Amino acid sequence: MRIVIIGDGKVGYNLTKQLANENHDIVVIDSNPRVLRESSDNLDIMVIHGNGATLAVQRKADVGKSDLLIAATSSDELNILCCILAKKLGCRNTISRVINREYAEQLQLLRDELGLSMTVNLDLISAREIFGLVQFPSFLKRDSFAKGRVELVEYKISSDSHLVGLRIDRLEEALRMKILVCAVERGDKIIIPKGSFVFDEGDTIAVTAPRSDLAKLVKKLDIANHKIRSVMIVGGSRIAAYLTDDLLKSNVKVKIIEQNPARCRELAEMFSDALIICGDGTSQSLLLEEGIKETDAVISLTNIDEENMLVSMFADYVGVPKTITKISRSEYSQLLSEKGIGSMICPKQLVANEVLRYVRAMENTLGGSVLTLHRMVGDKVEALEFIAQAATLHKGVPLSKLKLKEDVLISSITRSGKIIIPQGRDFIQEGDTVIVVTTAERMFSDLNDIFDETV
Amino acid sequence: MNIRIVLNYVGHILRIEGLSMFPALLIALYKGEHASFLSFAVTIALLALLGTVAVRIKAGDKLIYSREGFAVVALSWISLSFFGAFPFYFSGEIPSFLDSFFETVSGFTTTGSSILTDVEAMPMSLLYWRSFTNWLGGMGVLVFMLAIVPMSKGDGSPLRIMRAESPGPAVEKLVPKLRYTARILYIIYISMTLIEIILLLCGGMPLFDSVLHSFGTAGTGGFSIKNASIGAYDSVYLQGVISVFMLLFGVNFNFYYLILIKEIRPAFKNAELRLYLSIVAVSVAAIAINTRSLFENTFEAFHHSLFQVSSIITTTGYATTDFDLWPQFSRMLLLALMIVGACAGSTGGGIKVARLLILIKAMRNSIQKMIHPRSVKLVKVNGVVVEKEVLAEINVYLTFYTITMLISLLGVSLDDFNLDTNISSVVSCLNNIGPGLGMVGPTGNFSQFSPLSKLVLSADMLIGRLEIFPMILLFAPSSWKRNI
Repeated sequence: MRIVIIGDGKVGYNLTKQLANENHDIVVIDSNPRVLRESSDNLDIMVIHGNGATLAVQRKADVGKSDLLIAATSSDELNILCCILAKKLGCRNTISRVINREYAEQLQLLRDELGLSMTVNLDLISAREIFGLVQFPSFLKRDSFAKGRVELVEYKISSDSHLVGLRIDRLEEALRMKILVCAVERGDKIIIPKGSFVFDEGDTIAVTAPRSDLAKLVKKLDIANHKIRSVMIVGGSRIAAYLTDDLLKSNVKVKIIEQNPARCRELAEMFSDALIICGDGTSQSLLLEEGIKETDAVISLTNIDEENMLVSMFADYVGVPKTITKISRSEYSQLLSEKGIGSMICPKQLVANEVLRYVRAMENTLGGSVLTLHRMVGDKVEALEFIAQAATLHKGVPLSKLKLKEDVLISSITRSGKIIIPQGRDFIQEGDTVIVVTTAERMFSDLNDIFDETV
Repeated sequence: MNIRIVLNYVGHILRIEGLSMFPALLIALYKGEHASFLSFAVTIALLALLGTVAVRIKAGDKLIYSREGFAVVALSWISLSFFGAFPFYFSGEIPSFLDSFFETVSGFTTTGSSILTDVEAMPMSLLYWRSFTNWLGGMGVLVFMLAIVPMSKGDGSPLRIMRAESPGPAVEKLVPKLRYTARILYIIYISMTLIEIILLLCGGMPLFDSVLHSFGTAGTGGFSIKNASIGAYDSVYLQGVISVFMLLFGVNFNFYYLILIKEIRPAFKNAELRLYLSIVAVSVAAIAINTRSLFENTFEAFHHSLFQVSSIITTTGYATTDFDLWPQFSRMLLLALMIVGACAGSTGGGIKVARLLILIKAMRNSIQKMIHPRSVKLVKVNGVVVEKEVLAEINVYLTFYTITMLISLLGVSLDDFNLDTNISSVVSCLNNIGPGLGMVGPTGNFSQFSPLSKLVLSADMLIGRLEIFPMILLFAPSSWKRNI
């Protein structure tokens, strides 16, 4: 597909990188020649220097003949102008990034008038992701498939867990419920486990289960189920505002520590039920004074990665059960997984995933069959959602008789609303939603790609 | 320097070279040229072996940074020329290896200087290979590799290779993917070559001759299979076709892409194209007037003048007549055109019209600045501001160019030939023209030079084709130091 991306900032670059890796034709427009030079050196893309909201530049980028335009600059007004112009030039799909909280609602309303196919709100997506984690604090990460019916969660096995030393094929007996472990991270290694795999302390496992079973799973895994009732947010950013909204609605007590008095006032105006503290969130004495030891979760959302990490490490040190850390530079995430940072969220990565999902759905209408995609265990494993079509091979063949490529696992099948956690005798039928887990080294664009046809 | 990845790329290049020798092998088989058949067979086997070994080298870090890009280009070109010389040497047609190497370098760099005293006596298969090096070297072997071998997914590092190989101050992608850009370039290149072959066939030139001369024209190389070059075909039509095609191959290939996507107006608005055509027009007129007395009528003077000007400015180096016998003014004008060269992004050599254009504009600004010291002036080409760094790069390029020329001149002058021969041989090789003046004029050749001079001139050809920096960086100690 031919995609034009306007804005080569943090979000734009990450998006470009992901899409370029998926073999799309990409044109990037920005008004800063230096970042463009950087991008064209590192990625196989075309760059155009200029203001992306001008007719001349969009003509030069041949927006009219492109399949998709993504406006990812840091200004809402500019993004919308870019999209309107692109629509006028004949680009059928436009995605605009939205930043201002006050615009978010009316943009939904005006979507058709403005010709937007989708709006992406980095802060909102991040807040939703964090909220999902707060609901089930034992999991490092949560994603959903099949219209939310299937959940994919990451869970770190602690030393006192009864999973330690258990063989994977005994799991069903031990838990008395059906779940599927689709990937295990042990040290630097990613393993797509087979039946003989034995769990060990410190493994991070990725598990698929029906959403309805999630609460049961938490109980069965014998995780000390601390329901989160109070949250401390360090840094009163836009993400904090969206998050506070959600948290207050589900009766969680929120305390926000923010340094800037003007921002504190704004927050206080918005949320009369939350406690807003004006002060330096990285100061230990302030954190202790505000009772960090007694809170159920600490979420660090300042704009500086280092500060977020320090706060989370300190929270972990004083024994806060759940810490969530916002990181902008996702490339360093592997260094940090051991350091007690807890769950990490990387907003620009979340945005890229969201857009990627849309792009894949677009391809879907053009012949590909991937519905959604999720990355897990530090982006090293991909979970892809396919729909089995008439052209899909080996339909009706029991899975135990199927030969799949190495490191590929069918982690769930959804058939007319029912979720099947597959076992040897299950099979694929036309119309099934199939979730496939694989190491992210290669790319599957069709369900048939997963079968090993060499024999 | 990540030597493993560099060797890996060079391995691909060697395999492509081996593949491209197959037609020559078949010609040798068909014509019963036993010695050359054997020499091609041995060379192909050697290239396949070395190439496969090198391709198997696994590099941990697959990214090409600037230094690796330059090294890949320089090493590829040196090894291409080295192994490309084997058929000439093994078959015994060119007894000295240095001569074979010179001939191959001259072929790949699209220079067209020859050490052969009697071209017509060569076996057909070797003549084919000799002209094919012109064609392959014209658009660039690495560009060819980028077009066909899938090297990387998504990352832009191969752009550094294209930048290092393609002539001109800046490389522009035609479409977002480098691979398709390279493919489009080659499709345009192949189609234009085919059209020329057909037009030459229509004029009655034998098939073999048309193909080989089209190779020479397309790459702006100028290897002919006749001792009298194009002068051997006494047909105004054939000579006319070749002179027009030489001019066409000297134009930036972006022009043809814009024509293909029907952007006719911007294509013709290009400032470089306009300057290039004006230089050609003015030079043709000046030389036609200057040489009028040598020819029977004005048309003939114009015809030969056009042929020679397009042959020299595009750095092809074909000749229809011995221009060394022309008046001094015409000879010097041709020498000046040698240095100017063709457009950036074409297959031609020289300093390039684009650089000249920027320099002229910068000069005009400097003079303005002396008159109005507070004036703020920017150099703009085609409505886009030329950044200071680009200007500085061009100045550095010119400095290196001049120094290379002076050092080579000193080296060549040890042979004690006259000034005409010395200067024009160096200018001709450094700008990838082919013939020069004096002893290396259209009727002469480079066989009289000493081994040292041949080596110096071979180096000049490579330096000129790769626009200096890759070769200098390859031999600069700091690019081989550990990355710190």
